[in-house]
Amino acid sequence: MLPSPAPRRGRTAALLLATALSVSACGGGGTTGEAAAGGAAGEFTLWDPYPQFDETSEWTKLVEECGTQAGVTLERQGFDTSDLTNKALLAAQQGGAPNILVVDNPVVSTLADAGVLTTAEEFGGDTSAIAENLLAAGEVDGDAYGVPIGANTLALYYNEAVLDAAGVDPASVTDWASLTAALEKVKAAGKKGITFSAIGTEEGSFQFLPWFWGAGADLQELDSPEGLAALSLWKDWLDKGYAPNSVLNNTQTTSWQEFETGEYAFAENGTWQLGNVKESGIDWGVMPIPARDGGPAPAPTGGEFVSVPVQEDTSTYEAAGKIVDCLTSGENSLTTTTTLSYVAPTEEVQAKQVEADPDLEVWVEAVQAAKGRTSDNLGTKYPRISEPMWGAFQKALSGAADPAAALAEAQDAAAAATS
Amino acid sequence: MTTPMMTEHAVEGGAGRAPAPPPAGRVRRPRSGQWTAWAFLAPVALYLVAFYAYPLARNADLSLRDYTVRSFVQGGAEFTGLDNYRAVVQDATFGTALLNTLLFTGVSLLFQFVLGLALAVFFFQNFRLSTTLRALFLVPWLLPLIVSSSTWAWMLNSDSGVVNHALSLVGVEPVNWLTSPQWALVSVIIANIWIGIPFNLVVLYSGLQSIPGEVYEAASLDGAGAWQRFRFITFPLLRPVSAITLLLGLVYTLKVFDIIWIMTRGGPGDASTTLATWSYRESFGSLLPQFGPGAAISNLLIVMALLCGLLYIRSAGRSTES
Repeated sequence: MLPSPAPRRGRTAALLLATALSVSACGGGGTTGEAAAGGAAGEFTLWDPYPQFDETSEWTKLVEECGTQAGVTLERQGFDTSDLTNKALLAAQQGGAPNILVVDNPVVSTLADAGVLTTAEEFGGDTSAIAENLLAAGEVDGDAYGVPIGANTLALYYNEAVLDAAGVDPASVTDWASLTAALEKVKAAGKKGITFSAIGTEEGSFQFLPWFWGAGADLQELDSPEGLAALSLWKDWLDKGYAPNSVLNNTQTTSWQEFETGEYAFAENGTWQLGNVKESGIDWGVMPIPARDGGPAPAPTGGEFVSVPVQEDTSTYEAAGKIVDCLTSGENSLTTTTTLSYVAPTEEVQAKQVEADPDLEVWVEAVQAAKGRTSDNLGTKYPRISEPMWGAFQKALSGAADPAAALAEAQDAAAAATS
Repeated sequence: MTTPMMTEHAVEGGAGRAPAPPPAGRVRRPRSGQWTAWAFLAPVALYLVAFYAYPLARNADLSLRDYTVRSFVQGGAEFTGLDNYRAVVQDATFGTALLNTLLFTGVSLLFQFVLGLALAVFFFQNFRLSTTLRALFLVPWLLPLIVSSSTWAWMLNSDSGVVNHALSLVGVEPVNWLTSPQWALVSVIIANIWIGIPFNLVVLYSGLQSIPGEVYEAASLDGAGAWQRFRFITFPLLRPVSAITLLLGLVYTLKVFDIIWIMTRGGPGDASTTLATWSYRESFGSLLPQFGPGAAISNLLIVMALLCGLLYIRSAGRSTES
C-alpha cells in the first residue's frame, strides 16, 4: 500500500527539522570548542597523556607556573595515551585543538602530516640543545614538529641471583652469542631464560626493534638477511625453551610480571619499570640490549613531544612557544623528567640526572644509542611497516610460517602499503 | 548498533504484514492534527536520525572514501567508490577473518543454545536449590567482559596458567592455548560459549514457563516419556523463543570484539582474527588509523547481521501465516 501524500510531506518536515537541529548542535559545539581552546586571550589549554597526575602533582604545578610565566592561565587535561591521538584529531577537525599538546613521539609525524601541528620554527621553540636522535622522531622533511620532553627506552634487566646460580657473569654478556650462551646455562640450571613482549600490536614491534636494528636491519627492507637474523634469534630462543611461549601474548606489563616471579634471568623492559624493580626485592641489574656483534643496540625511543597545534589565532603561538621552552629547558627539564621518570633530552640535564641517581647511567647510555621509530624520515610510513612486521614475528614464533617466509610476506605487504 | 536496526526492521516487517485498511468513509483529518501528530513523533524521529541513521550513513560514507589522517582533519577525502571494499576482500586477512567469524559465530551459537536449553529444561524441574543454582549460572553474565576475558587469558596462559597446570597433573603435555595457531580460536570460542550460556538459559527458561502445563499433563496421560515430551512438546512450542534467542545471539556473537581482543589480540598472526577485531585493528589498532577499510569491514558485518535478520522475519512471517 502506498503511503498517503500527507504523511510523506510530514516525513520530509520531520527530517528537515532534525537536520536543522543537528546542524545547529554542531555549530554550538564548534563555538564552545574555540572558546575552550584559547580563542579568548589569556586562557590556554594543555592536553597530556598523564591522567595519573592530579592537581596537586608536581607536573600540574609546573604546567601552571609555566603558563603564568608566559602571561596566560594554563589549564591542563590528562587523557589516556591511546585516547589522546583520536581526541586530538577530532579536536583539530572541529577547530578546537588545545594550545599545547603533549603527545607520544611516533604520533607526531602523523599529526604533522595531517596539518595539525606547527613547526618549532613557527612557534619559536628552541631545539638547539636537544639530542639529535630524539628530535628526529618528530622531524618531517627537515622540520621539527615539537620538542621532546624526555625519553625512555628498552634495556635488559637481569636477576643477579639467577645468573649467579647458573654461573654467568653479567659482564660477559656483550653480544647475541654470549647472551644465548648465558640463556643456555640458566636453563641448564633449572631457571627460565628471558621474557619479553612479542604481542601482535605496536607494543610487540617496539620490543622487536632493538634486535632488528641491532642486527643492522633497515625498516624499509624487512626480509633482509639482517632482519631474518633478528627473527631467527627470537625463534631459536622459543624453540629451545630459553624464552617462554607466553611471550606471544605478553604485553610489556605481563612480561614484567613474569620477571617479578624471580624465575627469569633476563627481561627486556623499559625505564618505567625502574621504580618497580627497586621494590620487587629482586637482586637486579640492568644492561643495554646488546647488538649482534657487540655494543649497545639502538632501541626505539619512547616518550612524548611537546607540540603546538595549529590555531586560527596565530598570535597565540608566541606564548605557546614560551610555555614549550619553559617545560623542556634547564632546571624545569630536571623536574619534569624526574616526575615522569624519563631520561632528559639534553646532555646537560642527563648528566645532572646521573649525578642524582647513578642507577640511571645505563639508561642514559641506552637513550643516547636509541632511535625514534619514525626517524629516517619514515614518518607516517612507519605504522604501515610496523603492522606487517608484528604479523611476521607472530606467525614465525607461533609456528604458522617459517621466519624467512613470514618476513618476505610482511615485506610485500609493507611495500604495497607504503608505496 | 545492529540490534536496534534489527528491531526497527522487525517492527516494519510486522506492520507490513497486516496494514490496517483505513475505515471506509472516514474524513481526512484537518492539517493541524497532522502537525500535532508529527510533533509527537519528532522526538523519536530525531533520536533515530541522530543516533542511528546519521552514524550509519557516516559509516557508509567513510567506507566509500579514501580517508587519510590529513583528509580526516581537513576534509576533502576523495570519493573512491568500492575501492575500500575491493581492497578488503583482496586482503590476505579477509579469508581467514571471514572463516574465523563464521566458525566463531556458528560453533558458539550451537553450544550456547544446546547447553542453555539443556540447563533450562534441567532447572525447570524445580528441585530444591534450583533457584540458587540457576542464579549461580548467571554469574558469567554479570561480570564485566574485561574481567572474565582477562581471567580466561590468565587461566589459559601457556606457562603459568591453571589449565595447563591441571593438565600436567594428569600427565598431559601443556597446550599453548592462546599462542598456537591451532588453539587460539578454540580458546576464544570456549570463553565465548561460557559467557553466552546464561543468556540462552534465561530466555529459554522463561519460554518454558509460557508452555501451558496441561499440555504436559495430557501427554503424560497418553503415556509420553521424558524424551517424547521434550521432542514433541517442549521443542516445538519453544520454537518462536528459540528463533529469537538464536537471532539475538547471532547478532551479538557476530560483533564480539572484547573477548578476542583481550585474550589474543586476534593473534598469533591472524589465527583468531574475526571481521570485528580486524575492523578495530584497521581503524584504531595501529599508530596510523585506516578509517576507510575499517568502516568497509564493519559494513560487511552489518550486512551479514541484516541478512540473517531478514531471513528470520521471513520465516517468522511464514510461520504465522501457516
